[in-house]
Parts: sequence; structure tokens; C-alpha cells
Amino acid sequence: MTVAASKVRHWRRQPFIESAWLRWGLYAAALIYLALAFGSMQVNWVRLSEGVVRGWRFVEGFLHPNFTSRSEDIIIGLRESIAMTICATVAGIALSVPVGVGAARNISPRPVYYLCRSIVAVARSFQEILYAIFFVAMFGFGTFAGFLTITFATIGFLGKLLAEDIEDIDAGQVEAIRATGASWMQVLNFGVAPQVLPRLIGLSLYRFDINFRESAVVGIVGAGGIGATLNTAISRYEYDVASAILILIILVVLACEYSSSHIRRWVQ
Amino acid sequence: MPVSSATGQPEWSRRTSAEQLLAWFCWLALAAVTIAAWRLMTKDTIWEFVLSAPGQAADIGSRMFPPRWSYIEKLWWPMWETLNIATIGTLLAMLLGIPLAFLAARNTTPSFYIVRPLALLVIVASRSINGLIWGLLLVSIIGPGPLAGTIAIMFRSLGFIGKLLYEAIEEIDQSQVEAIVATGGSPLQVIDYGIVPQILPAVAGISVYRWDINIRESAVLGLVGAGGIGLQLDASLATLAWPQVTMILIAILSAVLLSEWVSARIRHAII
Repeated sequence: MTVAASKVRHWRRQPFIESAWLRWGLYAAALIYLALAFGSMQVNWVRLSEGVVRGWRFVEGFLHPNFTSRSEDIIIGLRESIAMTICATVAGIALSVPVGVGAARNISPRPVYYLCRSIVAVARSFQEILYAIFFVAMFGFGTFAGFLTITFATIGFLGKLLAEDIEDIDAGQVEAIRATGASWMQVLNFGVAPQVLPRLIGLSLYRFDINFRESAVVGIVGAGGIGATLNTAISRYEYDVASAILILIILVVLACEYSSSHIRRWVQ
Repeated sequence: MPVSSATGQPEWSRRTSAEQLLAWFCWLALAAVTIAAWRLMTKDTIWEFVLSAPGQAADIGSRMFPPRWSYIEKLWWPMWETLNIATIGTLLAMLLGIPLAFLAARNTTPSFYIVRPLALLVIVASRSINGLIWGLLLVSIIGPGPLAGTIAIMFRSLGFIGKLLYEAIEEIDQSQVEAIVATGGSPLQVIDYGIVPQILPAVAGISVYRWDINIRESAVLGLVGAGGIGLQLDASLATLAWPQVTMILIAILSAVLLSEWVSARIRHAII
């Protein structure tokens, strides 16, 4: 609150940072950083002006997508991508359940906990595409490497979230089942599973969606799917074909999101 | 609760028989679809290569160690570039994403039937396409280099920031907006004093979170020629210089861990 000299009281917003020195210091630091960062961009203005024309061609291509001239490649790529997504999601869920259970501190023994936690940590520390490079080097080019990449990434994602869910469950229900003399499997089945299953189903559907998007990318490093077709189209400057593929990807993602929200409502 | 008494004694089961049948049918359908997908996927798989994988893995593993530590000297500049791509990309995405979110939110959109669907379309398109694909496109449009990477990051983050933010705007407390309207505030003043203070923590949280993700993404953008440390990775992979690859992976991992720590600290301080 500041009072102006003319006896009219003016209200001014409180600044976010109290000390003026610190505030202006931070602004100055941000400006210096931005100047340095833009300096490191090495903008080539001649190339950029060419880019405007190409960019416009891409926009035109997006408005008139060409589905027909490479329809065969597109269909094969899309089919591979969807098959890869389905297999990787199913395998990923199947494997992430034991990993997730093992990585939950409250129900698994310490050595198993550390083992499963490290699996999750390894699967989450890099981008999928880096794992794809290694899987391609090991298993050869093609969809199988892509399938392994996406499965591995799914284990990291679902395993972590499932473990956190299990750690947050209501211990009373577990105790009640244990009090009836249930075995460890029965405790898991009747005490833990009912509490985490609805969210696991929701997350799995969400992951299906992510996996499809990923399956469109792993093709760039040779792991099969629509990404390879897209890569070829872009490197040939066939922006109309590339737009057609991008539109198909967007449509499939939309369909996945739409149906998964329906399934989630139906299950929960 | 389904209880049957077929044996004279009441017997509890989890589902009624109709539910049982439905569940069984769903599992059957899932299994059938998975097997079909598996056969389609592995049609062209060369199983000799798959079987030789353990040998390949051991071979690569033995080549990767020890990492070439001295290579770090050539990585400082690419790391700096990676950081810049992520930071400036996030800033640009915020610059465009915040207005986009206002256009897409149900309670602030200027027109429900024209502008809002368009804004949602932009958000969906941006979100559906991976950062690497944006990178591919932009490298082919404006040429290789960190600028293409920055714009790719911007396009990818735009939808993310837009979506999370418009959901935050839709959830604001309407009475504060009404209070500003009641004092005779213009539409811009309503946004400035009624809405912005409510969503500011969300803006900060979302952008720091996205910045953290963008550090990871910008580290691999170089694989398609869009600048950053990925360029070194691509070159080292192409020349099969595995000790350098290990060094680059260590560098990326430390950058990722550092950015995760920074973003956690900032989010903790703000929220």
C-alpha cells in the first residue's frame, strides 16, 4: 500500500518478490541469459527465408492432404503401428503388475523392493527413442525392436504409478483380509487389487494412447511402424503425404482418447 | 451380492453368472485381438536376429565400457545448447499457450462455437504429434540447427500447456470474477485482476513441469538434426564410437536428474 504525495490514496499490487534489489537482479539475470541463449541459436537468415516458402507449402499440404499416392505404405505403416501398440500395451501391463507390486514398499520384502524400484528407475531415466536405438542394435531393424521399446517404457510408467497407488491404499482392508488367515496371494487379490484396479484400468487406457504416439516415433530410428513412412515422406519434401500421415495419427489419437474416456466411465 | 445355493449351502461368489460370462467374453476378445496383432507384428521379424540379441547385447556392453571421460570437454557446448532449446522453447510455448488456453476455456472463450473448437483442435494436434516428429518437420522446413529444435519444442509444449491451463481456468472461483465485474472492470481488467491471480500458481507449476520434460526431449532432438547434445549422440552412433555414447548418456542422465531436482525445488517454493 503506497500513499501518493497528493493525498489521494493509490493502491498498487504487491510485487511478487519483496526486495527491489533481488527483483531487479533477477530480471537482469534473466535478460542476460536470454541474450546469451539467443546468441547460441546460430540463426541462418537466408535459410530461414527459404523456410517461409517451405513452411507455407507444408500448410498447403495440410489443407490438401494426399492420402492416395502412397496409400500402400501408409496402410502398412499404420497397421504395424497399431499392432505394435496393442502387443506392447498388453505385454507392458502384464509385466508392470508384478513390477509395480514388487516396487510397493508396504507389501513387498526389501530386496524385491529395491530390485523393482531400480527396474522402474532405469526404464524411466531416458527418452523412449534412446532405448529404441539400443533395441534396434540388439534385435535388428523392424517392429520387434519397437515392441520391446514401448513395452519397456510402459513398465516404467505403469510400474511406478501402480507402486505409488499401492503404497497409498487403506491398510485396514488389507489387515481385515489378513485377519481371516488369507495367504499373501489372497491378500493381494482381495485386499489390494479392489482398491487399485479402477485407477490401473484408467492408466492402462491412457498408456495405450501414449504408446500409439510413441509407435509413430520409433520408426525414425528403424524400429518399424508409421514413423518410417513419415520420415521418408518428410525427407522427400512430400509435405502433402506427410500431412496425410499426421492427420491419420491425430485421428487415431482422438479416437483412442474418446473411446478410453467412455470405457473408463463404464468400468468405474 | 451373488449367492447361489445349488449345493444346499449358500455359496458366495464374486460375480453373477451373466457378469461372469461377459467378463470371460471380454478376456477372450482381448486375447484374440492381441494374438492377431502379434502375428501381424512379427510377420517380417527375422528370428535369427532376435535370438542373437544376448550376444549382441554383451558385445555392445563390452564396447561401451569404460566410458571415454575426456569426451566431456566436447559436450559442454552441446549441453548449453540443449538447455537453451528447452528453456526458450518453453518460454515461447507459454507466450502462445496462455492466450490459447483463454481461447479454449469454456468461461473465457470469445465464441463457443467457432474459436473454442479451433483452439481445441490446435491443442489436440500439438499434443498428438511427438516432439521428434515436429523436429523432423521443422528441420526439413527451416534447416537443421538449434532454432528448428526450439520451435519443435514450442509446438509440442503448446498443446500441453494449453490443455492443462484451460482446465485450470475452467475450475476458477467465479465469485472473484463477478466481484471485479461489479466494480465496473473492463474485460481485460477482469482477466488481469479476477482470473490471472487465481491461475498464476498453475501457470508456474505447469511451465516448470514442462521445462523439465523439455530438457529430456531436447536431448534427443539432435537425432533428427535439430541441435543439442543429440547431434553428438547421432555422430557417435554412426561411427560406432560406443565409449563416447556412454559418456553422452551419462551427460544426458545428469542433466535430466538436475532439471528434475530444480523443477521440484521451484514447484515446492511456489506452490
